[in-house]
Amino acid sequence: MSKTTGTKGVSRRTLLRGTAGLAGLAAGSGAITGFPYVKSADAKVLRYLGTAVNEGDDISKQCLKDTGIKIEYITATTDDVTKRVMTQPNSFDVLDTEYFSLKKIVPSGNILALDARKIKEFDNITPVFTKGETPGGKKIGGQGTAPWKVLYLEGKDSKKFATSATEFVTLIPTVYNADTLGIRPDLIKRPISSWSELLNPEFKGKASILNIPSIGIMDAAMVVEATGKYKYADKGNMTKEEIDLTMKVMTEAKKAGQFRAFWKDFNESVNLMASGETVIQSMWSPAVTKVRSMGIACTFQPLKEGYRSWASGFCVSKGVSGAKLDWAYEFVNWFLSGYAGAYLNRQGYYSAVLSTAKANMEPYEWAYWMEGKAAEKDIKAPDGSLLEKAGAVRDGGSYEDRMGGVACWNAVMDENDYMVRKWNEFIAA
Amino acid sequence: MSEEVLQQASPGLIPGSGTARAAKPTRLPPSFVSWLQAGPMMLVFLAFFLIPLVFVVIVSFWDYNEYHLLPAFSGRGYTDTFEGCIAQLPDLCTIGKTYLKTLKLCFMVWAITLFIGFWVAYFLAFHVRSKTWQMGLSLLCTIPFWTSNVIRMIAWIPLLGRNGLVNSGLVKTGLINHPLEWLLFSEFSVVLALVHLFTFFMVVPIFNSMIRIDKSLIEAAYDAGATGFQTLVNVIIPLAKPGIVIGSIFVITIVMGDFITIGVMGGQQIAAAGKIIETRVNALQFPAAAANAVILLIITFLIITMMSRIVDIKKEL
Repeated sequence: MSKTTGTKGVSRRTLLRGTAGLAGLAAGSGAITGFPYVKSADAKVLRYLGTAVNEGDDISKQCLKDTGIKIEYITATTDDVTKRVMTQPNSFDVLDTEYFSLKKIVPSGNILALDARKIKEFDNITPVFTKGETPGGKKIGGQGTAPWKVLYLEGKDSKKFATSATEFVTLIPTVYNADTLGIRPDLIKRPISSWSELLNPEFKGKASILNIPSIGIMDAAMVVEATGKYKYADKGNMTKEEIDLTMKVMTEAKKAGQFRAFWKDFNESVNLMASGETVIQSMWSPAVTKVRSMGIACTFQPLKEGYRSWASGFCVSKGVSGAKLDWAYEFVNWFLSGYAGAYLNRQGYYSAVLSTAKANMEPYEWAYWMEGKAAEKDIKAPDGSLLEKAGAVRDGGSYEDRMGGVACWNAVMDENDYMVRKWNEFIAA
Repeated sequence: MSEEVLQQASPGLIPGSGTARAAKPTRLPPSFVSWLQAGPMMLVFLAFFLIPLVFVVIVSFWDYNEYHLLPAFSGRGYTDTFEGCIAQLPDLCTIGKTYLKTLKLCFMVWAITLFIGFWVAYFLAFHVRSKTWQMGLSLLCTIPFWTSNVIRMIAWIPLLGRNGLVNSGLVKTGLINHPLEWLLFSEFSVVLALVHLFTFFMVVPIFNSMIRIDKSLIEAAYDAGATGFQTLVNVIIPLAKPGIVIGSIFVITIVMGDFITIGVMGGQQIAAAGKIIETRVNALQFPAAAANAVILLIITFLIITMMSRIVDIKKEL
C-alpha cells in the first residue's frame, strides 16, 4: 500500500530513520558516504556534510563534470548534522545546514564564514535572504531565526551576528521553502483555510505534527494564534510563560487523542498521509508531491495565517584552508550557477539565485513552479518521473505568493533548554 | 599446559614442533596464564564499556549551554530531570510518569515473552525429537531479524492501520462497525512489536537450559507418580531457571532502553526512558542526557540485581 522506496533525490532529510538514522543513533552518528575516501594529492575531493535536501547524485555527477570536484556526501538528520559540527568539526569540509542551527554552531567556533566577495552570484541572491522581502517587494514575516538576522558576522573570526551587511557570510544561501499543512481533500471534503484546523476535534485521531520539538512547538503556536487565544511577540523565541501556554494547548490536544502519530522522516509523513492514518498534518512540499504521485489526493494547503519557512546554505569547517578552501569556493559558485538551482526548483523547493535557475529550466517549468501558472505540459521530476499532468496549478501559487506569505521561520529559542524539558513532559502526559 | 594447548592448536605454525624441537619448556605461572586468557576480553570491556561509562558519569555532572559542554561541576542534569517531583505531589513528575510507563511496558513485554518463550522452548526441547528439526525450528524464530528494524515496523501500518488488513477484515465480517483505532500507535502496538521482536531472546536461553535437563530426571518423576503439571513445576521450571533469568535480563535491559520501537509503534507519543535521552541528545544537551542515562542504568541495574537474587546465575552455569 505505502511504498517507501524510490525517493532518492526528492527527499529532504530523508534516509534518516531509514538507515542512517538508526545506525547513527546506535553508533553515535555514523558517516554514511557513498564513496571510499581517496587520499590523493591531485584529486579535488570535498567531504559534504548535510541533510538529504541538496544531495542528489545528479548534482554531484554534474559538479564533477563541470569542475572536477568530487563530492563525498555525508548524510545525516538535521539534529545529527549539528551534533557532528559540534563534536567532529574535522570530519567534513563543506557544511550544508539550516539557518536556525547557526545560533548553536556559530558560537562553537567550528565553522568558517565565507567571503561574500568571492561568491560570483552573491549580489543576485534573492532579497528573501538579504532584505527579508520578495523580489516583488513583499515584506516577509521575520519571527524565529529568519535568515537575514543571522546572515552576516561582524568579522572574520567573530562569533557575533552583524546587524548590517558585511563581507563575512555565515551560510551562503542555497535552498528554502515555505511549509504549511498537507491535507487529504478527499477525506476532509470541505475547504481548509486556517492553522486552527490542525487541532479541530473534527480531525480527532487524524492529525499529526513534526516530531522535532523546536518545529513542532511553532506549528502549535500557529494554531494558538489562529484560534485567537494568544498573540506571540515572536513565535520563534517564546518566553517561559508562552512555552507553558503553548504546551498546555498541545497537551490537552494529545490527551484528547487529537494526534495519530508524530513524524520525523520524509517517508513517515508520506506513509501516514497516503494510508489515511492522518488527514491533516504539517508536511514538506515534495512529500505532498510524492503522495499525489501515488494517485492519492493531497493538497499543500495555503492558510490565511501564513507559512512556516526554513532555509539552508553552505559554509566550511574551520579546518579547511589553502587549496581546499579554493575548491570549496569553486563548488559553492558552481552550486549557485544554475544546474543545482533548477534541480531544486523542480522538486518544489526554491533556489537562492533565481536568475541562474531560470536559465536552466524550460519556460513552462518556470511558469508552473515559480509563477503559479497552470502547467502547459506534463511536469516531471528531476529523475523524469511524472509529477503533475498538464493543466495543474501549484498549491499556494507563485513564488511571490508563497514566500510573501511566510509568517515565521524555523528557530532555536533562547529558552531552548526549558522547551526541551517541557516537550518531554508533553510526551509523558 | 598452556604450551600444550598452543602446540595442539597450531602444530603447523611452529616449525618442527613436537618432534625435532628440543627446547626446554619454560613454564609460565598459572595465574599469569589465566590473566592472559582473560586479557583480550577484559581490554575490550575496559576500552569500549568501562571507560566510556566513566565518561558518561563524569559528563552527567557537567554544566552546558546551547553549544558547549562546560566542564564545571553541576548537578543541573539531575535537578532538571527531577524537576517538580516534590512540588507536583501527589501528581507524578515527568520523570516519574516516564519511568512508570517504561516499567509498565517492560513488565508486559517481559511477562508475554516469558510465557510464549517458555512454551516455544518447551516444545523444541521436549516434543521435537530430532536435532535437525530442533535446529531448523530455532532458526525459524530468527525470521523477525531478517528485515531491518524500520521496514519491520513500517510493515505494521498496512496490517494494523485504520485501513489495514485487520481492520478491513473485521469490518467486512461485521464484527465491528468502525475501524479499531487502538490497533496502531498505541501501547498495544508497542507491546505487540516488542514481543514480536524479543521473544527470540527468551526462547534461546530457556531452550538451552531445558535441553541440558537430564531426561532420566523426568522419567524418575514419572515413575514416582508425578503428574505432568507436578513434573513441570517441581522439575522442569527449577532446572530451567537460569535460562529464564538470562532471557529475562536480555528482554528487560533491551526494553528499558528502547526508544526506536516505542517511538515508531507508539506514534512518538508514548514516553520512554530512552526517548528522554534521545530528545536531550538531539538538543545537544549532553550532560542532561548523560544524567538520564546514569539514572536509567541504575534502575536497570537494580532490577537485574533483584533478579539475580532469585537465581545465582554464576553457580547455575
